[in-house]
Amino acid sequence: MSSFGRYGAVQIAVIKRFFLVIWLGMTALLMACSGEPLNNPYSSEKQATSKVLYSSFSERPKHLDPARAYSSNEYAIIGQIYEPPLQYHYLNRPYLLEPLTVEKMPVVHYLDKKGLRLRQEASEEQIQWSEYVISVKQGIHFQPHPAFARSQEDNLLYHLLSDKQLEGVSQLSDLKEQGSRELTAEDFVYQIKRLVSPLTHSPIAELMKHHIEGLSDFEKTTEERYKKWQKNHKNGGFFDLRQADISGVQVIDRYHYRIRIRGKYPQFKYWLAMPFFAPMAWEADSFYAQEGLIEKNITLDWYPVGTGPYMLTENNPNRRMVLERNPLFHDAFYPRMGEEGDREKGLLDDAGKNLPFIDKVVYILEKESIPYWSKFLQGYYDASGVSSDSFDQAIEFSGEGELGLTQAMAEKGIHLQTAVTTSIYYMGFNMLDPVVGGLTERSRKLRQAIGIAVDFEEYISIFMNGRGIASQGILPPGIFGYESGSEGVNQYLYDWLIDRPKRKSLAIAKKLLAEAGYPNGRDRETGKPLVLYFDTTSSGPDDKARLNWYRKQFSKLGIQLVIRATDYNRFQSKVRNGNAQLFMWGWNADYPDPENFFFLLYGPNSKVSSGGENASNYQNSEFDRLFEQMRNAEDGEERLSQIRQLQEIIRRDSPWLFGFHPKAFSLYHDWYKNLKTNLMANNRLKYQRIDSELRNEKRQAWNHPVFWPILFIVLLFSLLAIPVWRVYKKRERETAL
Amino acid sequence: MINYVIRRLLYMFPLLLGVNLITFVLFFVVNSPDDMARMHLGQKYVTEEAVSKWKVERGYDLPLFWNDSQEGVGKAEKTIFFEKSVSLFMLKFGRSDNGRDIAADIGQRMWPSLAIALPSLIIGLLANISFALLMVFFRTSRLAFWGVTLCVALMSISGLFYIIGGQFLVGKLLMLVPISGYDTGFAAIKFLILPVLIGVVSGIGSGTRWYRTLFLEEIEKDYVRTARAKGLSETAVLFRHVLQNAMIPILTGVVVILPLLFMGSLLTESFFSIPGLGSYTIDAINMQDFAIVRSMVFLGSLLYIFGLLLTDISYTLVDPRVRLS
Repeated sequence: MSSFGRYGAVQIAVIKRFFLVIWLGMTALLMACSGEPLNNPYSSEKQATSKVLYSSFSERPKHLDPARAYSSNEYAIIGQIYEPPLQYHYLNRPYLLEPLTVEKMPVVHYLDKKGLRLRQEASEEQIQWSEYVISVKQGIHFQPHPAFARSQEDNLLYHLLSDKQLEGVSQLSDLKEQGSRELTAEDFVYQIKRLVSPLTHSPIAELMKHHIEGLSDFEKTTEERYKKWQKNHKNGGFFDLRQADISGVQVIDRYHYRIRIRGKYPQFKYWLAMPFFAPMAWEADSFYAQEGLIEKNITLDWYPVGTGPYMLTENNPNRRMVLERNPLFHDAFYPRMGEEGDREKGLLDDAGKNLPFIDKVVYILEKESIPYWSKFLQGYYDASGVSSDSFDQAIEFSGEGELGLTQAMAEKGIHLQTAVTTSIYYMGFNMLDPVVGGLTERSRKLRQAIGIAVDFEEYISIFMNGRGIASQGILPPGIFGYESGSEGVNQYLYDWLIDRPKRKSLAIAKKLLAEAGYPNGRDRETGKPLVLYFDTTSSGPDDKARLNWYRKQFSKLGIQLVIRATDYNRFQSKVRNGNAQLFMWGWNADYPDPENFFFLLYGPNSKVSSGGENASNYQNSEFDRLFEQMRNAEDGEERLSQIRQLQEIIRRDSPWLFGFHPKAFSLYHDWYKNLKTNLMANNRLKYQRIDSELRNEKRQAWNHPVFWPILFIVLLFSLLAIPVWRVYKKRERETAL
Repeated sequence: MINYVIRRLLYMFPLLLGVNLITFVLFFVVNSPDDMARMHLGQKYVTEEAVSKWKVERGYDLPLFWNDSQEGVGKAEKTIFFEKSVSLFMLKFGRSDNGRDIAADIGQRMWPSLAIALPSLIIGLLANISFALLMVFFRTSRLAFWGVTLCVALMSISGLFYIIGGQFLVGKLLMLVPISGYDTGFAAIKFLILPVLIGVVSGIGSGTRWYRTLFLEEIEKDYVRTARAKGLSETAVLFRHVLQNAMIPILTGVVVILPLLFMGSLLTESFFSIPGLGSYTIDAINMQDFAIVRSMVFLGSLLYIFGLLLTDISYTLVDPRVRLS
């Protein structure tokens, strides 16, 4: 036997074994799956019966502490766990606040300098304080948690963990004993103290210090106390905030507390619907202050303790986060009333039923949109956004220009939901800039001319697949004071045709520009072309088209636009220092009140002078005076008239090009019920329902594995082996030269 | 050899210090502690006061390299560079800027990275060497020509295409494995099949060509001619002689990357949602988390230096002529 023959025999035997192993492996795999599709990423779950919602996260949430969290991906989790005093009605529009953990909507009382109650219609000058007395619902309990576990002697079990007890503890569930206790007014007050604790760094600390009576003093004394405490507690431990009180926030009794606000600030009620004001048990703070737990990444920022419908049972930001139904969740019911059309859409089918409907929510780390989309189509995710990669596959325009689902999506039973978000993206002029800034007629005309030339309708169509509406003013739809139709049109930039606004012609823009002193884009005095600078963080190849588009818009007027691309840090610092000339920026509403938008142009909030949110540094005394009246007014005719005047001023002054309000598109499967876009509510999950049987059926139907291509490839390689074998044999037979 | 190893280990310290210094400078050229604070505190309502508090709490209120306000050694010690870098040499990575223990995160994330990288390396190595040997065996024939052409074609395709194409074909069209995801224990296998397969296929083009070059260089040598003259078959020449003698360059390439297998692959892990170390550094750069960035760069450099040392040692094992002194 030749040496190759020996090798050949060995190789054939190896190949045989290889195929045997593969065959055995496949059989074992198929058997193990017992009828489950092979591509099911959740084979360990009991899918047929469990009401599990599958969602994802692409970036781990930075904070889950309600005093610190402030972004949408953080609220998606903690909104289900922590319950502030108020919530937004799930179905009602316009957005309506209702009690969540409190007995009834708190009524505001106004007080004068002596602390005496004033009439509701008292003038602002008379009002020294606004006072809210809040009644906490009785019988609400915190989720089961080791922080509340008590021994038979009624001592807290895990608050002084020894090294021995900490051995083998790597996650919270390793501490087996759990306990709970009733929610009291003290827990709400404790959380308000946490907002200014030296250990917390709440993003709204400065804002609330301005509004809540005594919070600033409490912060100062607490900081001093903390410094002293630190000297005696080198190894850390629980710094107890209960030892001092805030003069304006008091516990009245077990179920009542009082908050005193400086002056009149009607928007405070909206803050009461945000997790910042959700109750926090001191036991949780004390438990998580243990150094042994902090070393193991077990902190309040990672394992929340709330009263909500869900509790976070697994938090592995490297892989997945799991919310499970809180067994101690209080009674809560699906709303019985909604807005018009909700009943027809089936949104009231579950009216009056006990919440929540879903038992478990699994958030899986999914960084890329392509695999997410594919898994959504296979039925492994219940809902999806529409990324630009998948837009054409999912959405099509009808003959009338209406957006709708493609046939392939509709056949799968996928539904589309769209909503204009309560946010605005705008191009800001730095009003401190000598060329584009200022309130002179000349600079106004320059900005208005640019406003006509920069065609945001075209931008939305080219870069956003039509997902947005061009703004006519600062307010997005859904906010009090927003007006559609001819009343809401920006008359400086648009003409109203019969049924829609039409951007004014370029000729008008050029005329305005000439009046501003720049005929055909050249300075009348010097003859030099007008050069403007656009600061942006976009610099990648994907942004090139967008930046070119901006250049093109300005060049319509003969203005040269120079793009100054920089990183986000430099960009922020330029805007902070007033060194940017033109920039794009955005704002997402904290609450559905016009004050939350108009304050972005309020003079005292100027970025340069006070570090506030007025990035354009716009200052107009007429606007400021009207804003001060409007912000504290009740919604009504008078407020609407003030809003109209405010809109008129900023449309005329044009400190911004009111760019666009993006439209959110979401897709969801047939089995996902009770979905209604609610841009304000954070606790939407408890209302939603999954028909897991239908989901299971569809997953089975959509995911039959296809084996024939593998057999085909094996066959192809076998056929290829024939000429190889021939060449080999030929070579072997060849003689040397 | 022990002296050599000790000397190499001592060289490691200035090297690591240099790497640390460069990382530090590069990071702080782009980001100031103020920027880091703003990134962590969020977008809305961030005040100067909040920024300075954040810096004090995390030790970023100190000067970068030199502290004039201190006396003596304190001038160098009470700086961000000293305070954040020294502990690294004791492998104490500390906490990330948002409070998580970095060592615990690395410990948790390196195993999924290894679970993909190790099988990809072994299977890839076997496949590449086998194909290279086949091409050398059939050299000067049409088979070898088309083999090289195919390799060049495979090399020319971007790694991203293999990933997206693989997910589309195997996960979406054939529905044989999950498109992405991960699980612990044996349940992880079904999630690993596709990334490993793609890792192997995407590396075949360049790997095969590289090993083919090594083997072709060997096959022209005198000892091969002697072996043939003895009457050995071509197969025996290739497997017994050429392969063994080509081991040094093969080892150079393989051993040096062994320690780095823990570090994972950014693209593969992102697309397959594998919770490995590949995206850990990039995420940290995006979040301006200097604590993680410096730890990962330090760890990467350390592992690379160990890799080089291991390569040197492995030479002595495969080639008795090599002596380390």
